[in-house]
Amino acid sequence: MEMIYLIFIVLLAALLGFELIRKVPATLHTPLMSGSNAISGITLVGAIASAGGDHEWLTILLGTGAVALASINVVGGYLVTDRMLGMFKKKDSK
Amino acid sequence: MNAVDLTINLVYVLAAALFIGGLKLLSHPDTARRGNLVSAIGMLFAVVITLIDQEVLQYQYIVLGFIIGGAYGAWKAKSVEMTAMPEMVSLFNGFGGAASLLVGWATIVAMSDMALRFTSGFVFSTVIITILIGGITFSGSLVAWGKLSGKLGSKAVIFKGLRELSIAHLVAFVIVGIAFVYNPDSAFLLGLAILLALSFGILATISIGGADMPVVIALLNSYSGIAACAAGLAIDNTILIVTGLLVGASGLILTNIMCKAMNRSLLNVLLSGFAKPVEMGEVITGEVKVMSAQDAFYVLEAAQAVLVVPGYGMAVAQAQHAVRELQNLLEENNCTVDYAIHPVAGRMPGHMNVLLAEADVPYEQLYEMDDVNPRMENYDVVIVIGANDVVNPAAKEMEGSPIYGMPVIEVYRAKTVFVLKRSANAGFAGVDNPLFFKYNTRMVLGDAKDTINNIIREFGDQ
Repeated sequence: MEMIYLIFIVLLAALLGFELIRKVPATLHTPLMSGSNAISGITLVGAIASAGGDHEWLTILLGTGAVALASINVVGGYLVTDRMLGMFKKKDSK
Repeated sequence: MNAVDLTINLVYVLAAALFIGGLKLLSHPDTARRGNLVSAIGMLFAVVITLIDQEVLQYQYIVLGFIIGGAYGAWKAKSVEMTAMPEMVSLFNGFGGAASLLVGWATIVAMSDMALRFTSGFVFSTVIITILIGGITFSGSLVAWGKLSGKLGSKAVIFKGLRELSIAHLVAFVIVGIAFVYNPDSAFLLGLAILLALSFGILATISIGGADMPVVIALLNSYSGIAACAAGLAIDNTILIVTGLLVGASGLILTNIMCKAMNRSLLNVLLSGFAKPVEMGEVITGEVKVMSAQDAFYVLEAAQAVLVVPGYGMAVAQAQHAVRELQNLLEENNCTVDYAIHPVAGRMPGHMNVLLAEADVPYEQLYEMDDVNPRMENYDVVIVIGANDVVNPAAKEMEGSPIYGMPVIEVYRAKTVFVLKRSANAGFAGVDNPLFFKYNTRMVLGDAKDTINNIIREFGDQ
């Protein structure tokens, strides 16, 4: 891919990230962190190509390790965030 | 671009849109849970579409890795105590960094000799950046995890030559990095880069003290995203780039909020281990007035408005459920109960809010520092539970204090202040607290949970 095109994506994604996160209230900062942990497990997508390709053993080993680590983030991150957010209640809902 | 590639990329665009939508829903507690689900669906789409990629020929290793990681992650998510969230988030940050490191490494190993010769330097630069950031995130997060979970001492570890050693690492990063871009087939340079990254991560976090941990976790959170983004650049995958940056931005914003709340620059926090300890400008003298739980009850019974200021000590004493019970009794007694939460209370951003949510305190009753400070005089009683620096008036009054200038919850302006504390010693940061000596302050000594339970018992006796 063209480098300039990549830089364009990087710039837009970073600006969008800043705008979105700025609006998250302080009370949700811990779920935000565990949720972004889960999202950073997107590395799983990169790891799949290494673990599942027709490669020599070292690549597959590294790829499988990366799949396992990223899966911890994805599965654990989303579940724990859901568990936490389920605890946030309004006054009238008790 | 053939049909399969086009489909994959279109689904990636959809996944990115879902991540963005999910983050947007996270801006309010009512919609946050749905936001998390939307984001998880985005992840599912991204992963499933990647599996049909033509490059993926065998599934057994992917399934193996996913089962191992998924099972551990699910177990951890179900079993973790809410008080232990900071450790868990650090650990997960570390896993994210390590995953990116391995992806970067695997990319190089998978390249044929031809590919190694003809791939552009830009790709190798991104690979080495992935490995460096991933490695720093991994080892740094493990140290942070060790400190937060009490497996390592929480004090900053400082030794002679630390600064020189750190600078040497930074110089070595540049040299090894450039050498690698020109010799991408060198296993020696690759291994050296990994080792350097790991040791730098340890050096950088081991020298940071316990009270600064919220900043470190937020920063490592950001690194784990940036590492994913760099990995995306290395393997030419847009979804990794975009999503990694969303996480990177999130971590950076939180880092910035934490630093502002401590009135320090990021550089100051990161280099705090190198600074000389600040001499106290003046010695605080005076008498601490101690109060029994029974007397505290009499004051609370007459109070109309109570403010609770929790700190990490509340988490340690597991006192949040007792606090909630006291809140019920006070509200039945026609007293309003508010909570004030300082941005750096606890060991990670928002930690206190989660603990109170766990104890069924409605989020509308949790206020930020700037909301309560202007109406502090209206509170009859402020109960400080396990917090110290965040309510320390030295930040306003004593120019020689290490925390001078830090914004604090100005509890000393309330009519009465109860400080629930194990003993009358200095708090975590080792800063003397003039609050303890104010005329309107009463110390209720003992375990915070026991103290509150004693007060609750007094309510029952009436």
